[in-house]
Amino acid sequence: MRDKVIQKAMDSSLRVLTRVATSEWVEERGLAEPAQRLVHAGARNSIMAAGKLLDAVKKRGPATTPRAPQQLFDLNPTEDQQMILDMLKRVSSDVLLPMAEESDEACAPQEDVLAVAADLGLANSAIPEALGGGGDRSPMTTALVAEALGRGDMGLALALLAPVGVVNTIVDQGTEAQQTSWLPPFNADTFTPASLALMENAVMANPLEPLTRARKKGSGYVLKGQKGSVPLISTARFFLVSATLDDTVRLFRVDRSAEGVTCTAAPTMGLRAADLGTLSLHEVSVEGTALLGTDSYDHARVLDLSRIALCALGVGQAQAVFEYVKQYVNEREAFGEPISHRQAVAFAVADMAIEIEGMRLLTWRAASRAAAGLDFAEQAYIARLFCSDKAMKVGTDGVQLLGGHGFVKDHPVERWYRHLRAVGVLEGALSA
Amino acid sequence: MINLEVPSKFKPLIDQAHVVGSAVFRPISRKYDTAEHAYPKELDILAALMDGFSEAGAGGGVNNVKQATRDKDDKTVRNGSNMSSVLGMVELCWGDTGLAMSIPRQGLGNAAVAAVATPEQKERWGQVWAAMAITEPGAGSDSAAIRTTARLEGDEWVINGEKIYVSGGERANAVVVWATLDRNIGRAAIKSFFVPKGSPGMQLVRLDKKLGIRSSDTAVLSFNDCRIPKDNIMGSAEIDTKKGFGGVMQTFDNTRPIVAAMALGVARAALEVTETFLKEAGIDTRMRGSRWSRHAAAAELHRMKAELEAARLITIKAAWMADNGIPNSVEASMAKAKAGRMVNDVTLRCVELCGGTGYGETELLEKWARDSKILDIFEGTQQIQLLIVARNLLGLKSNELR
Repeated sequence: MRDKVIQKAMDSSLRVLTRVATSEWVEERGLAEPAQRLVHAGARNSIMAAGKLLDAVKKRGPATTPRAPQQLFDLNPTEDQQMILDMLKRVSSDVLLPMAEESDEACAPQEDVLAVAADLGLANSAIPEALGGGGDRSPMTTALVAEALGRGDMGLALALLAPVGVVNTIVDQGTEAQQTSWLPPFNADTFTPASLALMENAVMANPLEPLTRARKKGSGYVLKGQKGSVPLISTARFFLVSATLDDTVRLFRVDRSAEGVTCTAAPTMGLRAADLGTLSLHEVSVEGTALLGTDSYDHARVLDLSRIALCALGVGQAQAVFEYVKQYVNEREAFGEPISHRQAVAFAVADMAIEIEGMRLLTWRAASRAAAGLDFAEQAYIARLFCSDKAMKVGTDGVQLLGGHGFVKDHPVERWYRHLRAVGVLEGALSA
Repeated sequence: MINLEVPSKFKPLIDQAHVVGSAVFRPISRKYDTAEHAYPKELDILAALMDGFSEAGAGGGVNNVKQATRDKDDKTVRNGSNMSSVLGMVELCWGDTGLAMSIPRQGLGNAAVAAVATPEQKERWGQVWAAMAITEPGAGSDSAAIRTTARLEGDEWVINGEKIYVSGGERANAVVVWATLDRNIGRAAIKSFFVPKGSPGMQLVRLDKKLGIRSSDTAVLSFNDCRIPKDNIMGSAEIDTKKGFGGVMQTFDNTRPIVAAMALGVARAALEVTETFLKEAGIDTRMRGSRWSRHAAAAELHRMKAELEAARLITIKAAWMADNGIPNSVEASMAKAKAGRMVNDVTLRCVELCGGTGYGETELLEKWARDSKILDIFEGTQQIQLLIVARNLLGLKSNELR
């Protein structure tokens, strides 16, 4: 059984690499060479990584075991986290980054990119072993993965990770029966689109008090309302929708095919590759089993976990801005020398690095507390505040430092600027 | 494994330092702010306590901060004296910054001794309270431009020059003085010298009156043919133009996180008091829902708490790196830059949020807002920290990014 799993992981590592390298898409865009580099350099490592990773995962217990009180302050990822990160770094730079602009224009992720997510087993790894997954759901690992993918492109990263948010939420809050029947499709070799729908389509709406309402009817429920900024709106097979039920807030599984469901693409300033849109629920009837979890369902926790994941995406994207700008200001010359020789420019770059460090550490603290089974509500709250402000500051300074060049699409910073506004906007589009 | 919680082994140290801050410093905080140059005699007993911390290896002061050395293959994670020094300083400065700076034998000169003195010198000077004298009337941030000279005459160094902004310059038993062996050579010729109080030719000119940290004495010292023993030079007497500033600047990588820690303590103190007043005024300060659904004052409080937490984590990271032998120049400067501007922003805003109550001398909020300014200046101004960070990250030399 174990060998089979490893074999599968090795296969999928190879598959992801070769699929990318050989796709028509890649050839057409003159990306064959970087893709081949990825195959050559990455194949060996990835295979080893996948094997070792699964080994490590098998040996270890669930990632949510509370740790010993004497646990030291440490910023080193575990060995298996590091292996995942090394692999995702290549995926970000060699797959997501080159594909990002086109996905942004198309307002949809390319099939090739979605295949990458399936092959990487992003959703699969969070699913319990007994249900055919990696059994490795950890908010810390999810945060690291989101940061690594966000570094390539936040829009595509959100598209790839939206189903992971659904899986994480089902694992975290769902009943055993729900996990058994809802999770297996995410083990498939192909990408299974599904999304969380936790935001209202209204200004100043409070995600803790959804305007969307559910009422009991017979053994089931009827939902009415409109959710906004829902990822993968054109393709998601089902949604986990937040709705007010009596005095509580609960999540309901709503299938795309259900009567009364209307999915409307609603393109946004950025993150267009994630295909955000509006989910309208007009007297939608769902069965009693569609109600996620039990009476102990914790909506604030779900939102906090989502904030961690969104912050992590922002950290990755902000880091990309910093790296890009750092190189640009050293190469761009004005008044006879690189513009980096001017304090006004250099200090802005230093400030970026400082605030990104803060963003990362705040996000990691919330994520690591969640992974350790400690309370993390306050940490997630302030991470979100800080990341909302600083992510946008990095985004706008990134464009500023490139001047006019930053305003046109020759450079990715204009797209990243649009993406980074979302850190302060989205709630529950993905989850750790 | 990633974990950003402070381990429980530091709890006794933090608790002790907090007791000092709350039971010793806070009650006399206003008193010595008003009586600017009076000696806080309450602190003598503390010195013994701090020595005890140091001997126990628990840190809490400046004598244990240095870059750890370790084998390449050693992957064990350490949380050591750099971290404990940061954690202790946070609590002390939560009590009072000027008083924390006035604890005998915890001067910046002591940090320099800890960082660069030979074992034999440490043996001799370890128990001496040492201040640090770098700045001159004509040389502040540009410390390579100092004019104070040292020349060897027989078995003695002869020092000439004037030093300003010497924290603890009156109270300390010795001063670590930066002087140049040759003004024409620049940084490489700058060395530090251990000058005991009462050395012939050393004179206390005056004490400065200041915006804040008034309980800490800030001295102007003059050196006129001041003579000290030949082996009171710290580090080598050779002028190595390749190595340059390394020796003397090394101290800063270790002490900048400590100064950042001071900022963390002051900011936390101001936020705690402000939150209490806001609650008394009927404002719901819970972190819940969207920031925009909160009262504006509560939203601002939360923003400041986030800023404090970011500065805190960057500072602990810098200390953690030093404990684990990872070069931390950039992170030490990041910590200092972030914490310095954070504490100034936070304390000033807290005064504003508390209105007349914050502005008045009945509370300590206005004092913290005065104290905080120096934390963005000494041990390298905000601008110097940004220069260090930018030069490192952009790979630029000091003649390129000036």
